[in-house]
Amino acid sequence: MSKLNGLKLYHRKNTNNSITEEFILPAKVKIPMSMTMGTPCQPLVKVGDTVKVGQKIGDSEAPFSVPVHSSVSGTVTALSDYITASGTVCKAVEIETDGKQTVSEDVKPPVVTDRESFVKAVRESGACGLGGAGFPTHIKLNPKTPVEILVVNAAECEPYITADYREMIENAEDIIGGIKLVQSQLGIKNIKLAIEANKPEAIKNFKKIAENDDSIDIVTLPSSYPQGAEKVIIYNSTGRIVREGQIPSDIGVIVMNVSTVSFLYRYMQDGMPLIKRRMTIDGNAVAYPKNIRAVIGTSFREILEYCGTDMDSVKKIIAGGPMMGMSIPDADMPVIKTSNALLAFDRYDQKKTSACIRCGRCIKVCPIGLMPAEIEKSFKIKNIDELKELKVMLCMNCGSCTYICPANRKLAETNQLAKTLIPRN
Amino acid sequence: MKKLIVSPSPHDENYMKTSGIMLNVIIALIPALCIGCYIFGWRVITLTAVCISSCMIFEYLSRRLMKRSNTITDLSAVVTGVLLAMNLPVTLPYWMAVIGCFVAIVIVKQLFGGLGQNFANPAITARIVLMVSFPSAMTHWIKPVSYEYDAVSSATPLAMGKDAELPSYIDLLLGNVGGCLGETCTLALLAGGLYLAARKIISLASPVAFIGSLAVLMAIAGEDPLYHILAGGVFLGAFFMATDYATTPITFKGKIIFGLGCGTITFVIRHFGSYPEGVSFAILLMNILTPYIDQMTRTKVFGAKGAEKSEG
Repeated sequence: MSKLNGLKLYHRKNTNNSITEEFILPAKVKIPMSMTMGTPCQPLVKVGDTVKVGQKIGDSEAPFSVPVHSSVSGTVTALSDYITASGTVCKAVEIETDGKQTVSEDVKPPVVTDRESFVKAVRESGACGLGGAGFPTHIKLNPKTPVEILVVNAAECEPYITADYREMIENAEDIIGGIKLVQSQLGIKNIKLAIEANKPEAIKNFKKIAENDDSIDIVTLPSSYPQGAEKVIIYNSTGRIVREGQIPSDIGVIVMNVSTVSFLYRYMQDGMPLIKRRMTIDGNAVAYPKNIRAVIGTSFREILEYCGTDMDSVKKIIAGGPMMGMSIPDADMPVIKTSNALLAFDRYDQKKTSACIRCGRCIKVCPIGLMPAEIEKSFKIKNIDELKELKVMLCMNCGSCTYICPANRKLAETNQLAKTLIPRN
Repeated sequence: MKKLIVSPSPHDENYMKTSGIMLNVIIALIPALCIGCYIFGWRVITLTAVCISSCMIFEYLSRRLMKRSNTITDLSAVVTGVLLAMNLPVTLPYWMAVIGCFVAIVIVKQLFGGLGQNFANPAITARIVLMVSFPSAMTHWIKPVSYEYDAVSSATPLAMGKDAELPSYIDLLLGNVGGCLGETCTLALLAGGLYLAARKIISLASPVAFIGSLAVLMAIAGEDPLYHILAGGVFLGAFFMATDYATTPITFKGKIIFGLGCGTITFVIRHFGSYPEGVSFAILLMNILTPYIDQMTRTKVFGAKGAEKSEG
């Protein structure tokens, strides 16, 4: 089976060997009610309430939503309006910490007896995909069709980020525990732990651990971007193809991020919901690139300053990787569940776009074989039939086309704009 | 802190830009040009300089006149200038070369919208216009002046009669024959083409299909295939014109079809026509077919209904 190709990027994994540091408890946290792909939650607390670590402070009636928990103990000082990095508005709970980190009485290991109680426990943990997209985990773990293969996504194909890699090095046992947990709950036959070839240490490590387990395969993915994209990793590790209009469980596969799996395992042990996460701090404006574990709601500015960033020189801050991460408008934004990296740069040239020279590089690098140059032409004349024919809806915005374009054309951006022209059914 | 810059992802970019690609093409053309100078004398340098500077001036003026952005810095006009010069006999009067540059830059390139929008290769079209307008000046070949041993003739190898003493393969490889100033030394052109392929600037699909199909067809027709691919403008055309981004198909499959088409047309012109050289016309005709080839050879999208795997 040949593997889908991708783009060769400079890995820039400067923090590969940086052991995760616990970040100091901030004096104040700001916890947005919308941190996942799910419906935003409504705050369950009012100004003046005292809250404890792990206490639920936001929830929603909608099934496609993930509850929010307090990451600190302290007093609620405000319920403010908050604009997320993607531009939507939700409430945010601002808490002044008391420094004691008193754990809430609600935090206890969940009782799991059957599939239903398992899915409920997963929802109560506040888990979402920790790789960056933030898909609610309890929805993913409750598919309508039987699942044969669990793909554990440990590709971490974005440059700079080593958060998942550190999880694999520091908490390998938790990952295996999480895999076993999901495997037994969903009755999954086969596990593919898919790791990009640029992490030989992790591959060696897991091969040794899973030596005697026939159900776990360690898959080495080529070191090319975007190996971690769902459709790509499914094809490259199982050979199955998620077709247009399908979701992975339709073909008997689910994909989970490696850190999510290991979080679930820990949650089942101690009942502590998702209130902390590891993130990679890097970028040329950061003097001391590090991996740190911070409580959700910590301000980006505090973390960057801790890592020796001269905030006056920073021109661009990216939440996530350089390829798919979002550039944020404000350094005071908080760490959220999906923050896997924080990159600060002191220079960023906005290059002038020039004419398309039809070199075809965008087509060559597209992991799924789209033709961004053609899509751009059809978008310009608003030819909707042609855009459908060119399958622009399948674009996952990995950014490879924009990255490679010698004329600095914003092809990935155009693809997203083109999608909005196509009426949904 | 100043305001942060917010822009859509990705936030990183590849280093290879349009001007870098053009610069690489120029670098790849330098060996053939130097050898052309060695073979045909210093007028190669002045003629090339005239072509480059008039292409750049025409590019600048036409952009200016059409109130469009200045595109001199992308170096595409320089590439056109060099390529056109390499397609001219060294004896061509300068003013004719300037007319060629006008046709290439103003008529073929800028009137159709500039870089990437032209439907035909500017240098090829200019060569054909000059050939039709000034047939005697465009076929005035001189003997190679520098190689010491006796040069065969002042006619191009392909224009020689069947009974004439044909140049050896070595002469053809080294360029020790009559012809346009940049097309004779096959080895230098091959080196340039392979350099571009190694830098991933061009795909070898078109050149291989072009040269391969020409050789096969010539062999079937009973002519010497090696002689036909080494003589004339086949290597210059295959590696530097049939790989032009704007005027050739964008997908791998399309490039193969383009190359096969070029080889076939060149064969038909050389074998059945009264015209000794066919490369320019072959490429021009295939340029015109490029939009249709593109339409026919779209990639299969991974996971799209009915598709199996994306095409690299």
